Amino acid sequence: MIPLLLILLPLAGALLAAAAPSDRTRPWFLPAVGVSHTGLSLHLLLHPPVVADGAWFGFDAVARAVLPMVSVLFLLCSLYGVPYLRARSERPNRVFVATLLAVIGLISAGLMARHLGVLWIATEGVTLAAVPLLHFNRTPRAFEATWKYLLVGGTGIALSLLGSFCLGYASLYGHGSGDLTFHALTEAGADLSRPWLLIAWVLLLAGYGTKMGLAPMHTWKPDAYGEAPGLVGAILAGGLTTVAFVALLRVRSVLGAAGEGAVADLTLLCLGLFSLGVAALYLLGTRDFKRMLAYSSVEHMGILSLATALGPAGIGAALFHVWTNSLTKGSLFLSAGNLRRSAGTASMDDVRGLSESAPRSTALFVAGLFAVTACPPFGIFFSELRILRAAMDGGHGFTAGAFLLGLLFAFFGLTRVVLGVAYGPPRRRPPAPGPRFAETAGVILPPLVLLGLSAWLGLSPPPLLEQVWSAAVAQLASTP
Amino acid sequence: MNTSGLNLLIGLAMGLNLLALGSGRVSSLIRAVSFQGMALGAMPFLLSHEFSPWVTLVAIATMVGKGWVIPLLLGRAMRAAHIEREIDPLIGFVPSLLLGAGGTIAAIALARSLPLRPEHAGTLLVPGAVASILTGFILLIGRNKALSQVCGYLILENGIYLFGLLLIHATPLLVEAGILLDVTVGVFVIGIIVDRIQRAFDTLDTRKLTVLRE
Repeated sequence: MIPLLLILLPLAGALLAAAAPSDRTRPWFLPAVGVSHTGLSLHLLLHPPVVADGAWFGFDAVARAVLPMVSVLFLLCSLYGVPYLRARSERPNRVFVATLLAVIGLISAGLMARHLGVLWIATEGVTLAAVPLLHFNRTPRAFEATWKYLLVGGTGIALSLLGSFCLGYASLYGHGSGDLTFHALTEAGADLSRPWLLIAWVLLLAGYGTKMGLAPMHTWKPDAYGEAPGLVGAILAGGLTTVAFVALLRVRSVLGAAGEGAVADLTLLCLGLFSLGVAALYLLGTRDFKRMLAYSSVEHMGILSLATALGPAGIGAALFHVWTNSLTKGSLFLSAGNLRRSAGTASMDDVRGLSESAPRSTALFVAGLFAVTACPPFGIFFSELRILRAAMDGGHGFTAGAFLLGLLFAFFGLTRVVLGVAYGPPRRRPPAPGPRFAETAGVILPPLVLLGLSAWLGLSPPPLLEQVWSAAVAQLASTP
Repeated sequence: MNTSGLNLLIGLAMGLNLLALGSGRVSSLIRAVSFQGMALGAMPFLLSHEFSPWVTLVAIATMVGKGWVIPLLLGRAMRAAHIEREIDPLIGFVPSLLLGAGGTIAAIALARSLPLRPEHAGTLLVPGAVASILTGFILLIGRNKALSQVCGYLILENGIYLFGLLLIHATPLLVEAGILLDVTVGVFVIGIIVDRIQRAFDTLDTRKLTVLRE
């Protein structure tokens, strides 16, 4: 029952927030749900419940390996959300708060879904619920971003539904009973019809790959992340992409059980390297520091995809990387949101010398830059090192080389933009109307804590998490 | 199972695909999507031997949703935006038709090479699904008006629904109902967006959505 609360509590919070009368007090629903959600998932992390094989939802080893991270990320974003929405008091926030809570409930549902159809419904729900969040600023640019997000995301979600049907038919053709839980599909293993299974994999990879933002299906990402408020970007980059990645991990384990793991790994490897390359090239060209974060997200999704292709050691490293990347990205998105509001724009053509107008946020942003480009002692350095080791141990020398090259180019691209907007003489622009952006504790502490967590995970990853990740790898690699 | 009746309806849906590809008027595109939705809604009756309340519910919900509610919303959006015709599409009407016809033939050939259960082997469900999905993609890529793209998305969804009919007895209907709900909500949301885009740009031409680029 407790695991279901992770889904029901935010959804109930969303209903209450939608009914709450005051725009001034409504944002407090966010931290209220954030605290209880984090409490619940940390409790479940320490005391994992027993999950029945045929259950549609369950806090199983895989959910246990990622969901606490999403809870913590949401908690910090929700604490940031209160001062953010107070600063944006000119906008009604009823829809924003309610849909943000619904998104976190549906993300929890997607991470705990052990049934192909339920997983799809949760992903579709997150996709739709995120629309008003992207649309919050109501500018023509936000309209454009939302339209592209819906069209690309809607097509991706349609393809993943088709892929789910094909996987269902693969089971039906193999005399399955129509039970579409991942447990039953893995048990059916070699009985699944091979052509239908491969078609299903291609469609599901394209569909959930779109949600994850793997190139070439990443086109919605720069627009959406560039125009959405920073805290929405943090939740999408750390939560929604994680749902899609976990979906691919679960489907990948079905293919592994059916003896088609090699095909799946090859496609994941190619798509991962391609994403890494595309992201590195775009990072060298982009001039907008929020769109830059989107390409950085494409890069890290590529890293996750290629790590998954490297066998059990790679999957373990990928789960570690999900934590480090999501927490670091969260910090970057929140500090970028601060800088965007301080400067009034996110383009490096118009912005320079932010270290004078918003020194604390700039310091955080620059520190986040070093964290995300894998400088020690931050977590991403250690998770990428582990992926590199998995590649070398598995004899993937070429992959390791391409991986390092992609990281190097991404480093050039990211430092070019970040240092370009952070330092130098500030542009003398007419001051923006309204009160000047104030760097209060409410908008500085959440990204600082996220960055601190990233460093903590790098310096001394708790043994409990190591165990949890190994257990998730064991569940994903299990063959009946 | 009434295979010949089912195949007749699928053939009708495939014909409506070609009509949608060839029509320049947005209103006739919406009408084609509406008829296709009704044909799809009737299919579960022909697939089942005995009366089942769940299948009946799915069928009626599909007919009302795809055949009536969504076309009504689209028609309202069309009148609000004063969009009558698709002008200067990216893929012309004749090339679209040729692509669609070629795709339909390819779909039939493809379906022959896929393993199907004996009860599905005689139906056109798989070729119908593949042809509709292809049609949907041609409209999504080849049309400029937001409304035409939404119609393309609906035809894509219809193709997926056709494929889902293969599984209607095997998977629990809860999943089917959830899927139907999601489809409706998805288009509803798209409809709201279309409305908003119109207010922001005074046009429904997605070619003008080009501010965000590198």
